[in-house]
Amino acid sequence: MAEYTLTTPLQDADVAKLRAGDVVKLTGTIYTARDAAHKKLMELLDKGEKLPFELKGSVIYYVGPSPAPTGRPIGSAGPTTSYRMDTYAPRLHALGMKASVGKGKRGEAVTKAMQDHTGVYFGATGGAGALLSQRITHAKVIAFEDLGPEAIRELTVKDFPLLVINDSVGGELYAKPDLKAAGLE
Amino acid sequence: MREIPAQTIIDAVAKLCMDANRYLPEDVKKKFADCAAAETSAAAKEIFAQLKENYELAAETALPLCQDTGLAILYVDVGEDVRVTGGKTLREAINDGVRKGYQDGFLRKSVCDPLTRKNTGDNTPAIIHFDIVPGDKLKILFMAKGGGSENMSRVTMLSPAQGWEGIKKFVVQRVAEAGPNPCPPTVVGVGIGGDFELSAIIAKKALARKLDDVNPDPKLAEMEKELIEAINKLGIGPMGLGGSTTSLAVKIAMHPCHIASLPLAVNIQCHSARHEEVEL
Repeated sequence: MAEYTLTTPLQDADVAKLRAGDVVKLTGTIYTARDAAHKKLMELLDKGEKLPFELKGSVIYYVGPSPAPTGRPIGSAGPTTSYRMDTYAPRLHALGMKASVGKGKRGEAVTKAMQDHTGVYFGATGGAGALLSQRITHAKVIAFEDLGPEAIRELTVKDFPLLVINDSVGGELYAKPDLKAAGLE
Repeated sequence: MREIPAQTIIDAVAKLCMDANRYLPEDVKKKFADCAAAETSAAAKEIFAQLKENYELAAETALPLCQDTGLAILYVDVGEDVRVTGGKTLREAINDGVRKGYQDGFLRKSVCDPLTRKNTGDNTPAIIHFDIVPGDKLKILFMAKGGGSENMSRVTMLSPAQGWEGIKKFVVQRVAEAGPNPCPPTVVGVGIGGDFELSAIIAKKALARKLDDVNPDPKLAEMEKELIEAINKLGIGPMGLGGSTTSLAVKIAMHPCHIASLPLAVNIQCHSARHEEVEL
C-alpha cells in the first residue's frame, strides 16, 4: 500500500495512480454536501445554472458538521454514510468531480462512473469527528445556508487523512463478509 | 407526592445530552482496548488507535465525539409519586432540556420533517418512552442515536417455526449486509417477541446495557455468546477494513408474544455508543 500527499484540485494523473488501500493525505479546498445539498445541486444542473463551486477536479466530502464552538473553525466533522449519495455521484463524476469522501459501501453505478471518469472514493474514519476536525483549518458556508448542518461549506484542509476504498480501476478495499465462517452458508 | 420542578428536569436533560455526546462510557473504552489488543490486523489496530485519540480529544475540547450527535432518545421511568411543577408537562420539560443541551453544547440539530426535510432547528421533538414505576423518583436514560447505524436496523415478523435458528440467521445476515455502513465495531441490540413495535423498543433499550455485563437469563446469555461469536467470524472488522472485531457485544431482550408471531428487531449501534443516565 502506497502513501501519497495530494493537493486540490485533483488531476486525472493524481487519481489514476491510486489503488484501494493506499493512504492519502489531502491538502487544499474541499466541499461538503449531503443528501439535501446534492438534491439542490441536481436542480441547478437541470436548470442549466451555475453550481456554487467548480466541479472540475473537485472533492466532495459527505459531512454535516456539528456547530463550531467558540474559537474553532468547525465542530466535529466525520463522514456520513455514502450510499445515500449514490443516486447523484455518477452525474457529478461525469461532470468532473474527481473524488468523494465518506464511509461505507458504494453501489455499482458509482464504481462504474469512477472507472469511466477516473474518479476515486475515499474513506475517512467514521465516528472520529473530533479528530478529523483538527485537520480542517477554515470553514465557510457558500450555498444553501437554510439547510443548516446540510449547507454546502468550503473547507480548507491540511493533511486530511484518507484511505482509498474504491479506485479508478475497479479495486475495492472493504472486507467481504465471510458468510461461511459465520454459519450462513 | 414528591414535587420536581420542571427546571430541574430541563437542566438534568441538557447535561445528559452534552455529557453523553462528549464522554464515551468507560465500559466502551475498556472494550475498545481489549478488542484492539486481540486484533491481529494492522488496519483494525489503527482504527482503534484513532478512536482512542478521538474520545480523548472530545473529552478535552468542546467537540462532540461524532458530528452526528443523534436523535435524542429518552427512556423515562416515572415514579408513581412524582409530580412535575412549574407549569410544564414532563414531556415539555424533557424536550426543553434537549433543546437547551443541543444548543448550549454545540451539538448538531439532526431532526427534520420526513417529507419536506426541513430541519426543526433544535433537535426536538425527542423520542421519549415513558414507563410508570413504583416510588417517588424520576430515572432518565438518554441515548444519542446516529442515523447511519439506525438506518441499518430492521424489524421483521418471523414465523414461529423459524425459532432460534431463524433468529440467529436474520441477525447475523443483517450485520453482514450492513457491512461497513453503520461504523463498526458495532453493538447489536436484539429484541425478540412482544409485538411489532415492542420488539424494536426493547432491542434499542438493550443497547444501553454495560458492554461486559452478563444477561441475567442464562439462556439469553448463551444466545448472546453464540451471536457475537458468529458475527465476529464475518471478518468485517473496524470500519469494514477487516479484523476480528465486527461487533463489540450483542445484547438480547425478550418479551412474550402472540401465539401466531415471532417478532424480531435488530438495532445496530455504531462504536460511538453514547448514553448516560440520571436519577432525580
